[in-house]
Amino acid sequence: MVFLEFEKPLEKLYEQLDKINQIAEDGDIDVSDKVAELEQKIAKRKKEIYSNLTGWQKVQLSRHPERPYTLHYIEGMCKSFIELHGDRAFGDDTAIVGGIGIINDTSVVIIGHQKGVNTKLRQYRNFGMANPEGYRKALRLMKLAERFNMPVVTLIDTPGAFPGLEAEERGQAEAIARNLFEMAQLRVPILCYVIGEGASGGALGIGLGDRIFMMENTWYSVISPESCSSILWRSWDYKEQAAESLKLTPAHMLEFGLIDEIIKEPVGGAHNDKDKIIKTLKSHIKKELNNLASKNIDTLIDERIAKYAKMGEFTVAK
Amino acid sequence: MGWFKRFTDGIQTATKNKKEAPDGLWHKCKSCNETFTFKELKDNFFICPKCDYHNRIGSHDYFDLIFDGKFHLHFEELKSKDFLSFTDLKPYDERLTAAKEKTGLGDAITVAEGKVAKKTLVVAAMDFTFIGGSMGSVVGEKISRGIDLALSLKCPFMIISKSGGARMMESAFSLMQMAKTSAKLTLLAKAGLPYFSFMTDPTTGGVTASFAMLGDVNFSEPKALIGFAGPRVIKETIKKDLPEGFQRSEFLLEHGFLDFIVHRSELQKRMKELMLIFKKDNQTTPTEAQQTA
Repeated sequence: MVFLEFEKPLEKLYEQLDKINQIAEDGDIDVSDKVAELEQKIAKRKKEIYSNLTGWQKVQLSRHPERPYTLHYIEGMCKSFIELHGDRAFGDDTAIVGGIGIINDTSVVIIGHQKGVNTKLRQYRNFGMANPEGYRKALRLMKLAERFNMPVVTLIDTPGAFPGLEAEERGQAEAIARNLFEMAQLRVPILCYVIGEGASGGALGIGLGDRIFMMENTWYSVISPESCSSILWRSWDYKEQAAESLKLTPAHMLEFGLIDEIIKEPVGGAHNDKDKIIKTLKSHIKKELNNLASKNIDTLIDERIAKYAKMGEFTVAK
Repeated sequence: MGWFKRFTDGIQTATKNKKEAPDGLWHKCKSCNETFTFKELKDNFFICPKCDYHNRIGSHDYFDLIFDGKFHLHFEELKSKDFLSFTDLKPYDERLTAAKEKTGLGDAITVAEGKVAKKTLVVAAMDFTFIGGSMGSVVGEKISRGIDLALSLKCPFMIISKSGGARMMESAFSLMQMAKTSAKLTLLAKAGLPYFSFMTDPTTGGVTASFAMLGDVNFSEPKALIGFAGPRVIKETIKKDLPEGFQRSEFLLEHGFLDFIVHRSELQKRMKELMLIFKKDNQTTPTEAQQTA
């Protein structure tokens, strides 16, 4: 188990629990009372810790190395799934995966950022930072979805679009912009879920849809707290403060009307009960697709554009 | 004896390299260090007469340059507000007040309607002097309303981009302006109205990754910085020096992201051409064609 800094009090309790279990095993002593007591303590402590997370702590949880990623969800949710590769122009981006599959008897196209589960794979997935061909692959799959009348589900989890030299040469900005333009008019329902990090244009590039959801321990912002700190405070040391100022938590986003709903995670984060969060997401997708299925597609697109047109806060002077 | 010794007597700095001229009278070129009178510069569209460096100019300078004479402004009543109580080294509120005082502008974009080649055009032009031309809710809303205006007037729409990207002080609201402006642009496409995207130095971040790259015609001034990530960030990421001319207009033209580069002195002429080529009711109906045949 990996414990984050604010989870340290839990680490001690878990250590105690391990010790007691060890003793029980070695000496064949009945420790069930002790175990129950400790478990209760842990549950209480968890509730205290996780019900009051700061912006920065949410950011840390969203990056927890044991958190489920796109392919975990796909594997857990889909009766069948075929990954489709490549943008048909340049190459295949490993930081964005996508394909066709069946969730609850509905054929869908699923697209998501993908991070690696160990050092080697993290590099292979470029830490979930996509290049232009990733966004173009996503668009190709969305067009395929449109042609065969399959709803699109996107899973967002990226620290940002990759800021590399080749990414610029191949038009990172154009690729993201094109996706926004095309997703606005895509003639099938689009559901977007922030399952981890929602950083800037790199997240939004597959994040324009009819309904936008965030899991409980995730964030969505115009910039990562670290970069914000380096630009506005001219130092990397103000990330906690930047995270607070950016108001990037799901609760803030819901309050601002920029997302539709928060998906509850198991206590302590999605990684504490992967089966449960996968089940939660699966049934949520089912419910939302049912809600949208009966809508006329032209109405849906009009509403989609109206939804975004409304976003913004300003005053009108007389 | 002193520690330092002058090797040659007299002032050695050539007059043309002398620094600091009084504001408003003289202008020293940032690129070639040559000095000109402000009037010389202005008569040359704020382009350096010696090295062709295009100095950054404001929205109203572009309006003067593009429109046939008069134009009128729209949506000036929209003002930014600090609804997140965002404070970094300075509160956002104070930044807004300071920017308004410094520039005399309402926000980082101004929308104007006027005639080009006697045809109506709606132009939204950005100002870098207003918090780095950053895009917050007001920029997004003005573009959105500018599009609605073009739709109601059935005329082309143009955006002159000049921006460091999304405005961090409005956090996710700024981010969503990318989605908002891109979504609204689809309505122009559906109505068959052209959208011209003109990029000027600099056009980066969320502005490039939304409306700036979505023109039916994408064009720019020479040597403008245009990109998604800033050069400093890329340099830090790849830990290598960037090639010369990287992320400049000519680089984007070469890589296929611009239709053409236009010198500022040719801008007015080019806009007239565009307005004449993208005319309404271009095709004669088949029956009419048959009749003439």
